[in-house]
Amino acid sequence: MPTSELASDHLREALVDRLRSAIGDALVGSHLVAGVDVWVRVRADAWRKAGLALRDQLGMDYFCYLSAIDWMPSPFGRSEDDPTAEATERDDTIRQGYAGGETRFQLLARVVSSSTHVGINIKADVSEDDLTVESWVPVYTGANWHERETWEMFGINFAGHPDLRHMYLPTEFEGFPLRKDFPLLARLVKPWPGIADVEPMPGVSGDDEGGE
Amino acid sequence: MTMIDERRQLSYIAAQAADARVNVELETEGMTLNIGPQHPATHGTLRIIARLDGEQVVWAEPSAGYMHRGYEKLTEVRTFPQVTALVNRIDWLGSFANEVPFILAAEQLMGIEAPPRAQHIRTILFELSRIANVSLFLGDLGVQLGAITPVFMAFRDREYVLNLIEAATGGRFHPNFDRIGGLKDDLPKGWLEDTKASMHKLRTFCDEIEDLLFGNEIFQSRTRGVGIIPKEVALQYGLSGANLRASGVDWDLRRDRSLPMAWDKVDWKVWTHPDGDCFARCWIRLQEVREATKIVDQLCDTVPSGAVMAKVPRIIKVPEGEAWVSTENPLGEMGYYVVSKGDTGPFRVKIRSASFNNISITPWLLKGVLVPDIITILASLYFILGDIDR
Repeated sequence: MPTSELASDHLREALVDRLRSAIGDALVGSHLVAGVDVWVRVRADAWRKAGLALRDQLGMDYFCYLSAIDWMPSPFGRSEDDPTAEATERDDTIRQGYAGGETRFQLLARVVSSSTHVGINIKADVSEDDLTVESWVPVYTGANWHERETWEMFGINFAGHPDLRHMYLPTEFEGFPLRKDFPLLARLVKPWPGIADVEPMPGVSGDDEGGE
Repeated sequence: MTMIDERRQLSYIAAQAADARVNVELETEGMTLNIGPQHPATHGTLRIIARLDGEQVVWAEPSAGYMHRGYEKLTEVRTFPQVTALVNRIDWLGSFANEVPFILAAEQLMGIEAPPRAQHIRTILFELSRIANVSLFLGDLGVQLGAITPVFMAFRDREYVLNLIEAATGGRFHPNFDRIGGLKDDLPKGWLEDTKASMHKLRTFCDEIEDLLFGNEIFQSRTRGVGIIPKEVALQYGLSGANLRASGVDWDLRRDRSLPMAWDKVDWKVWTHPDGDCFARCWIRLQEVREATKIVDQLCDTVPSGAVMAKVPRIIKVPEGEAWVSTENPLGEMGYYVVSKGDTGPFRVKIRSASFNNISITPWLLKGVLVPDIITILASLYFILGDIDR
């Protein structure tokens, strides 16, 4: 990590404090990697409020992207295993990443200030019973296409979105491709060839971590 | 700025008057014009549906997805080193630049850094892909505005850069050369001298294009005052790269984000333009090619010696964590949000590509323009379809 950036940590800590004073206890978690980046997690019902606070009070005028994460480990594994081999025990507990979380789906967005060039990653838990959050389009116009993509790929609804249509897929497409339980069929019908070709380097007996 | 405003106002009044005349005389009905998916101005397969009233666009909407390849899903079944072969194909004119932010994100999670020589060479190749990408834009721009000569010049001079990339990496379009911890190989002998000689040719190319195209009266009248994007709108839509700087925002990630690359070791300039019209966007790109040749020149003189690869385990497992790294790619801000769970491959990768945001402004921007200006505006926004659809 570049040490010169460590001074800006106060800057990022101040960002979290200012957001907390703006939206109160709707900010439920934060995570700071010194001199690199900052993550905050807000309640889903305060999603738009947080966006407005970021834009108007924290000066985050540049909209970078909006997407989602499905934290459920894929039931298909990494599809690299030999399909004829005995099935191994797979850890299917849901573990969220930075800034914590409680639900399988999390919204993820990033906004940046065009004057200080410091950005903030913002997450929100979206309950599986009601996959709906308020749209960010009135806050950041550019969220329009990103929300369409997230809706199409993860099935998260955006209340108040002007035009929630398919972005890439045909209109009659069923399922949400970026969810972990959506199978990547190409991998299921034909095993990944790469895994079969691995053989140890000459002079190396172990199976991994050979190093140099 | 006042001149632009005046010009815009005049063209608006003229258009309104023409509309009124036509409407009275002919009782026109709306018409839907379908541009693409196969159209030279769409750099791939972008389809634009425009509803017209006379010659004016009332409503326009790009329809993407003809080239969606699902890279975000595919990364979840690849190992970290394999992902570069995929992301190479996002912006296929500046392939090497696509690999860099992903590798940097992985390195950040692993807590390693490439040796100085590798950082230097990475930066050189990054700028070479910028030159290869944007010089094609400069030529293509002419074709879309009706000038056929610049494209031949662009393809001729871009070849020098592609040859250099091929000599160093083995691939003209898809180098797949960047590795976690450094680079696949060192540079071939004599490559730095060749590169410096070619940079001279590229600068001559820029001068030629400037004379031929940017000084041309037809070119100016077709681009000046057309497709104006104010600064606030550009930021709201997340425009980046030359499109943002042409709207007067002084922001370049090469300068404003500290990354383990070599841009801070050389002297160069970030250009901005206050107008925000098509001309400004094209002009900024021309200057960026010039600056890139300068960067490459200086870097070639100061390549440090040493290894090009840090010590990394043979089977790469990236520790649990999340990282966001973005760089200033030829098309704008290209970033990867990488989530790792300590496995050999990423758990989730969000690919933030520049063209997706850049082109999402078109429904707003095309409203009210004339039909020929659609092509000018699309050309000046400059997108690569692979970069929209991913």
